[in-house]
Amino acid sequence: MYRYDVIDKTLVEERVAQFRDQTRRFLAGELSEDEFRPLRLRNGLYIQRHAPMLRVAIPYGLLSAEQLRTLGSIARRYDRGYGHFTTRQNIQYNWPRLEDVPDILAELAAVEMHAIQTSGNCIRNTTSDPLAGAVPDELEDPRPWCEIIRQWSTFHPEFTYLPRKFKIAVTGSPLDRAASQLHDIGVHIVRGPNGEPGFEILAGGGLGRTPVIGQVVRDFLPREHLLSYLEAILRIYNQEGRRDNIHKARIKILVKSLGIEEFRRRVEAEWASFKDHGARTPVEEIERVRAFFAPLAYRALADTDPCTGQDAAFRAWYRYNTHAHKMPGYRIVFISLKKPDVAPGDATDAQMELIADLADRYSFGEVRVTYAQNLVLADVEQEKTFELWRRLAEAGLATPNIGTLTDMICCPGLDFCSLANAGSIDVAKLINERFEDYDYLYDLGEIDLKMSGCMNACGHHHVGAIGILGVDKGGEEWYQISIGGAAGNDASLGSVIGPSVAKRDVPETLARLLEVYVRERHPDERFLDTVRRLGVKPFKERVYAAPAAA
Amino acid sequence: MPRRLLRDGAVVVDEWRTAGDGGAAGDDTTASEGAVGDGDALMIALSEFRAERERWLTRAGPLGVILLPADDELELVPDLARLALVAAEFPTVGEGRGYTQGRLLRERWGFAGELRARGAVRRDQVFLLARCGFNSFELPESEFEGALAALGTFSAAYQSSDDRGLRTALRHR
Repeated sequence: MYRYDVIDKTLVEERVAQFRDQTRRFLAGELSEDEFRPLRLRNGLYIQRHAPMLRVAIPYGLLSAEQLRTLGSIARRYDRGYGHFTTRQNIQYNWPRLEDVPDILAELAAVEMHAIQTSGNCIRNTTSDPLAGAVPDELEDPRPWCEIIRQWSTFHPEFTYLPRKFKIAVTGSPLDRAASQLHDIGVHIVRGPNGEPGFEILAGGGLGRTPVIGQVVRDFLPREHLLSYLEAILRIYNQEGRRDNIHKARIKILVKSLGIEEFRRRVEAEWASFKDHGARTPVEEIERVRAFFAPLAYRALADTDPCTGQDAAFRAWYRYNTHAHKMPGYRIVFISLKKPDVAPGDATDAQMELIADLADRYSFGEVRVTYAQNLVLADVEQEKTFELWRRLAEAGLATPNIGTLTDMICCPGLDFCSLANAGSIDVAKLINERFEDYDYLYDLGEIDLKMSGCMNACGHHHVGAIGILGVDKGGEEWYQISIGGAAGNDASLGSVIGPSVAKRDVPETLARLLEVYVRERHPDERFLDTVRRLGVKPFKERVYAAPAAA
Repeated sequence: MPRRLLRDGAVVVDEWRTAGDGGAAGDDTTASEGAVGDGDALMIALSEFRAERERWLTRAGPLGVILLPADDELELVPDLARLALVAAEFPTVGEGRGYTQGRLLRERWGFAGELRARGAVRRDQVFLLARCGFNSFELPESEFEGALAALGTFSAAYQSSDDRGLRTALRHR
C-alpha cells in the first residue's frame, strides 16, 4: 500500500497544527460558531445530536493493520469504544470531545491518516473497489489512481470552496463495487481502441434529495490527462454550479440543467484550452505510485476446498462471506459488521484490534472497508480460512450474511445524526429479529437492503433493491419503502411502493414484499430482477391489501 | 488613519481608492482624505468598467477592476496590460469562484499586477488564495499578524501553481 514520503507527512502534520490553532481560537472565543463551521467541516468535524462527530478518511478503503489498531485505540481512549464504518470508506466517531480532536488528528497523522476534506463543500475521500488488486476480473488496479487523485485533491487551492460537496470514485474492474455511477465523478479504467490505458469519465451522479445516475462525459481519456480532465470538470462546476440553493448545488443539478451534451461541450472546451500545457501526471509519478501497489508476495499454492469435512456453519460462512481470488489457493474474506444485535457498520475497539492482528497473521497486514459497510481481508490462504473463521466467530465477526437481506446498509439515523428524521438502527434491529432464519435468508438470495434516516440518503436507500427512508410524520417516525434500486453496473433508482408505514410495520411490509417475490420468481431470479420484470404493482397490492399486522 | 492591508507578505498602506471615496460622508471604505484625483490609483466595478471602457482606459492614474463572483475574468483579458490591479470580491467565506478567477488571471492570462482578495477574507483563507495567485488581502487589522503567519501554513503542496511569495515544496511540477 501507499506509504507517505516527506511531503505527505509534512502536509498532515501541518494540517494538525493548523486545526489545533483553529480549535484553540474557537474555544477562546476568537472565532464565532459561524466562522469556525467551514473550518471544522473541512476537517470532518460535525456538531451532532449528542457530541461532535469526527469522520476520518480511509482513502479508497485501504488500511494497514497498524492503522486499524490505531482506529481501535482512538475508539477506546477518545470515544465510547466503537466506530462506525460508512458507505464512503470512512470511519466515524460519535463521541469525541472537541478539545481532544487535535490530539486525535495527531495520532492519526502518526500512522499516515487524516480527516482532511471528509466533510464540507470540497473534494471528499476518493473511494474505490474494496476488492481492488485481489479479484480475477480486474483490468487494472485502481488504487494508484485513487492515490494520485487523493494527493491532487488535497488542499486543492482552487477547489476547496465548491458550491457543494464533491465525491469521486474509481473502479478498475468490469464489476462496479464502488457505486461509481452515483458519484459526482465516476472514473472507470478502460482500454482505448488500440489497447492503450485510459479512463471512461462519468459525471453528475449522486443521491440525496434528487437522486441521479451519472452520465458519460468522455468515452476514453488517455491516462496522463486524468488530472487535467478532472480539473476541467471541477472548474466548470466551481464557476457555474448553483450557490443560491443548497439543495440544487450539486454537480448533478448543473449537468441536468445544461444537459449532458452542453455540459460535455463546456468541459471539453475548457480542457482543450489548457490540457497541453497544464498539469499532466508524468509517467514517473504514475510508476512511483503504482510501485506501492505491486502484487503481494503470494505463495505458489493450488486451489483447495476448505469446506471438505467441515460443519455446516463453516460451509455457510465460506459460501457467503468469501469470494474468489485472482491467485490459486487464496480467498477474499468478508468480515460482516452486520451482526443482528449491532448497529450496521459498527465495530468495537477490541474488534478492530483483533482484526488488525488477524490481518497481520492471515492477510499481509492489510484490511479494506467496503461500500456495504463491512471489512475485508483480501488475501487469505484458502487453507487458513477455517482457523480464521474460528477466530472471527469468537469475536462475533462471522455472521454469515454477506449479500443477504440482513447485510443492510444503514446510516446512524436519529440516534446520532442531527439531520435525521427517524431512527434507522432500531429499524435494523426489528428487521433482524423478524428475519433470523438463515435458511429463509439464503433462499431469498441476494438482496441489497438500504436504509436512510432522512432524505439526505447517507444509507443510499434510492439504490437498494429494497430501500427504506425514514420520514417525520407529525413528530412520529414513519418509513417510506421503495423497491427496484441498484448501485452496481445496472444502477437504477427504486420506485416508492406507496404511503409510508409505521416503524412497527416495517418488518411485516418487508415480509409481504418477499412473499410476492418467492411466489413470482423465476428460477435463479434475484429479487431485483423479479421487481424489474413485474414492476411495482403486485408488490404494492400485497403490501396494502389489508392493514399490516402489528 | 489610512487603511492598511497585507501585500506581498507585509503590512502596507492601501493607496487604492474606490469610486465612492471622498464622496458620501462616513463612508468607511475611504482610504484617505479627499476626493479621488485623476492621478490616484482607482478601482472600479466591472460593470462600471464595461460601461465606459474607453474613458477608463485613458485615465491618467493606475486603474483596477473589482470582479464579483459571477463575473467572467475573460472580459478583462484584452486590457490586462493596462490594469494595475484586479480584485476579487468574496461576499462570504464559502464563495469559491474568486479562487478560479485569480488562478486563471495569473496562470492562463499572465496577469502581473496586484491581485487582491476583498470581502469576507480571514487568515484561514489567505494560504489557498495565495496559492491561486493573490498577493494582497483586505483584512481587519486584528487579522494581520495571524494572516502573515498563515501564509506559511503549509510548506509543501501537491499541485503546481503560480503562488509567488509562498515557498512550497512540490512533488508534481
